[in-house]
Amino acid sequence: MKYLDEFRDPELARTLLDQIAATVTRHWVMMEVCGGQTHSIIRNGIDKLLPPEVELVHGPGCPVCVTPLDTIDKALAIAAQPGVIFCSFGDMLRVPGSDRDLFRVKSEGGDVRVVYSPLDAFRIAQQNPDRQVVFFGIGFETTAPANAMAVHMAKTHGLTNFSMLVSHVLVPPAIEAICSSPSNRVQAFLAAGHVCSVMGYADYAPLAEKYHVPIVVTGFEPLDILEGIRKTVLQLEAGRAEVENAYPRAVQRDGNPDARRMLADVFSVTDRNWRGIGMIPGSGWELSEKYRDFDAARRFTVTDIVTKESEICRSGEVLQGLIKPNQCEAFGTLCTPRKPLGATMVSTEGACAAYYNYGRFTESEGAPR
Amino acid sequence: MCLGIPGKVIEIYERDGAHMGKADFDGIVKEICLEYLPEIEIGDYAVVHVGFAITRLDEESAMETLVLMKQMGVLKLELDPDAALAAEARIALDGEHR
Repeated sequence: MKYLDEFRDPELARTLLDQIAATVTRHWVMMEVCGGQTHSIIRNGIDKLLPPEVELVHGPGCPVCVTPLDTIDKALAIAAQPGVIFCSFGDMLRVPGSDRDLFRVKSEGGDVRVVYSPLDAFRIAQQNPDRQVVFFGIGFETTAPANAMAVHMAKTHGLTNFSMLVSHVLVPPAIEAICSSPSNRVQAFLAAGHVCSVMGYADYAPLAEKYHVPIVVTGFEPLDILEGIRKTVLQLEAGRAEVENAYPRAVQRDGNPDARRMLADVFSVTDRNWRGIGMIPGSGWELSEKYRDFDAARRFTVTDIVTKESEICRSGEVLQGLIKPNQCEAFGTLCTPRKPLGATMVSTEGACAAYYNYGRFTESEGAPR
Repeated sequence: MCLGIPGKVIEIYERDGAHMGKADFDGIVKEICLEYLPEIEIGDYAVVHVGFAITRLDEESAMETLVLMKQMGVLKLELDPDAALAAEARIALDGEHR
């Protein structure tokens, strides 16, 4: 058991696995919706250590991967404009747009800068009053408080040269979309721990009840994931469908109230198109009326965008948990991290990149059994 | 980018009217925003997302997570934009030379 030795506490891991095996009596499908968890699962071979009855499918938990293509194209067009300083998290640089990526724009002379924090972009705007500074504000509920603060600070400091291209996505509506899809196989969810650190987990209770699915708040370390799966299996076998917190050391029921107050001020809920999935009602955040002046999509008129997705890439099915990455014909051949066809192969949080980086090239090395 | 990293708060101050500080991530020191954890004190640990402390964490779990992230090789990539850019550039150039 080469995987087990790499756990921080192999004995505890063994105990959790034994309890799962002793509890499970039939086949169950559960989904994680967090790129960090996906990577942890594949890196540590958790899917292989589990009894064959427990099947893990990977959900749309990578914010970079679900950012819609027309938004990427818009970002590329803005970043290429003279006088613009375009700031982004590093993960976005090689995400393929219709005909190029941000890295290409940068190599062709665009002023594209990688920042660690959105406040770095705010400071770049302070220091360059004669340049337009645009920040690519993407992410789930985890990065949203940071992005919100950058816009808030720009407003309080009266910065007229700062704006944000916002494409935020929300986890609960995505879970609802998956549950209500006719092709859904998922019977339970591991909710992303750090998303719940911000938002709490009260929003998941109506989903658990309506679709009769257990939703267990889970951390992203291997032992946390095993504990989340153990609690999920216990619920499934008992016929329960509740929201449970398996990550109490970092998650409180109401999340972070200060962050939620800022989010409610800066953002308002909107319908959002998810790359590879499609429109999900109420699944995104845009800048609220109060902060509309900071919306880069309004400040920069970008027209004649004609989006063009790869015809081969099946990342949409991967993101919905319908296929595993290595079931795509292009996986590891036409599509690699060096020549990605879809965002799931680019991002360090994407499922295809995880399968590629940890050598899951064939179905027997990771597909359903 | 989406990953939360535990850090130890080693300094607290105001900057541009915001509650800021410095955090130590296993030897890498970064400025972080403390607006969302206003009661945090020097010596406390917090999970930090893109420069923002989001939730407190006890020291033991913070240290365990840091060790794990170091093993996975994500610590520097997450915290250092230059390292992240260099990594992306390497992969991009490799791709073009293929």
